[in-house]
Amino acid sequence: MLGQLEGSRAVAKTVARCRPEVVAAYPISPQTHIVEGLSRMVKAGELTPCEFLNVESEHSALSVCVGASATGARTYTATASQGLLHMAEVVYNAAGLGLPIVMTVANRAIGSPINIWNDHSDAMSQRDCGWIQLYATSNQEAADLHVQAFRLAEELSVPVMVCMDGFVLTHAVERIDVPSAEQVDAFLPPFVPCQVLDPADPLTIGAMVGPDAFMEVKYLMHAKQLQALERLPHLATEFEDAFGRRSGGLVTPYRTDDAETLVVALGSVAGTLEAVVDARREHGEPVGLVALKCFRPAPHAALREALAGARRVVVLDRALAVGSGGIVGNDVRLALEGLDIPVHDVVAGLGGRPVTTASLHRLLDECAAGRLERLSFLDLHHDVVERELVP
Amino acid sequence: MLQVRFHGRGGQGVVTTAELLSVAAFREGLHAQAFPVFGSERAGAPVAAFCRIDDEAIRTHDPIEEPDVLVIQDPTLLHQVDVFAGVPDGGIVLINTRKSIAELGLDDVAGHFRLLTTPATDLAREHLGRPLPGAPLLGALAAITGAVSLDAVAAAFAERFSGAAAEGNVAAARAAYDLELTHARPA
Repeated sequence: MLGQLEGSRAVAKTVARCRPEVVAAYPISPQTHIVEGLSRMVKAGELTPCEFLNVESEHSALSVCVGASATGARTYTATASQGLLHMAEVVYNAAGLGLPIVMTVANRAIGSPINIWNDHSDAMSQRDCGWIQLYATSNQEAADLHVQAFRLAEELSVPVMVCMDGFVLTHAVERIDVPSAEQVDAFLPPFVPCQVLDPADPLTIGAMVGPDAFMEVKYLMHAKQLQALERLPHLATEFEDAFGRRSGGLVTPYRTDDAETLVVALGSVAGTLEAVVDARREHGEPVGLVALKCFRPAPHAALREALAGARRVVVLDRALAVGSGGIVGNDVRLALEGLDIPVHDVVAGLGGRPVTTASLHRLLDECAAGRLERLSFLDLHHDVVERELVP
Repeated sequence: MLQVRFHGRGGQGVVTTAELLSVAAFREGLHAQAFPVFGSERAGAPVAAFCRIDDEAIRTHDPIEEPDVLVIQDPTLLHQVDVFAGVPDGGIVLINTRKSIAELGLDDVAGHFRLLTTPATDLAREHLGRPLPGAPLLGALAAITGAVSLDAVAAAFAERFSGAAAEGNVAAARAAYDLELTHARPA
């Protein structure tokens, strides 16, 4: 149903329609409105049967989810930033155990220094853990991706992280079509776990695995996650048929035909970039955008197909690998292996510094003039850092 | 696209005002996006909120750098925060005050923008019993820009609040709307 509501609220309502049986979460800005919304719905009897557990930390929240999911309950949680790090060992556990937990990450920077604002550091810190990572460009997509996430997680027995930009999306009030219960029920069948912890029929999960078998287990995790590369496009098409709009998939190209410069981006900045691309196209500049919807598994083939025609690629990265540089650009380079297409990493918007339309135009001006370096930092105050770096 | 930027202080309902403008626009069948920007949250700290209104889907999510309309909920911000940043020449500035432009010390900017004032806090106290100027400011905005109708603004407040709070806000919005229409103010 179409409404004007906050992104967090739309996600909470949509998750409720997915009928989770257990929600365990610890509040952290900017995810709070999501979990508060779910807890209100459980208390009011709107979301039932569902047990909402207040826990003492994020580590406990995901631990409860692991236990609940292992007994066959559809399970959900949400976090951000420090919270995701606090639960990090459990994040790896959930993936290793093949539990189809769905988690919203309201992308936020990681301290120190303490910073509550939006960037992708948190989710990027968990890029190797084995969870599938989906990134929403808009609040509509954020809501929709949760429906797809539960389907995908349960089909593959792989946990899924749905990433949405903290504050920028979570706290934006927008026109969003929240799927109805009927629509979601038709798309998302009840959870049928492949194995269940049950005292009446005991089995062991999470046994120790030594050097004799650990590599095979990890290889299979990798292979399993790669299956999502096949499944996601089909799910997105199925979703479009059922709900009448396009959400998700692997990559979304925008005006890429005959583009000489292609920009790659994840999250809400891809929306801003669409408008920037339109403005530049009006001036005859052959520029386009590839919005990355799935970051893990890394859709190398889809990226290659979308980017292969470009003369140069600019990757807008909302996180920084300290000591190395960009993060997303590395997967783009892997995707373009063997093709002679320069890839420029632009680290942008760390700690919530807004990635503005004006700055994006300046960036593309620099690019068009051939002045863009291999690695650059958008809107960095160079005078400040240069002063600090004087020996 | 119409871009509105609100400036106020924490606790004055700036964020809610921007949201309810977006709800009013939604009720008119438009696309609207409202979101806040703040530093450390605390009552009294400067807060800015944004609202974009368009008849097409809004894709951009960056802060509004060049607002078509500026709404100053708290005039004590006028000489403390650069509220006018990015407002283009001829942009509409609506200030919550019963003072004149000269009394506010704004003679120097009066030539650049279309400066309008409305005693929103007074109207809020009168009709709502509380100094929350959001509803009258949106009522005035409806009269000035026509971006949303007064009925849509009233409906947005009636939906968000109930009982006396809803009635008071709606009455305050109407009063500001009527005031705006009957008293043409020079820039």
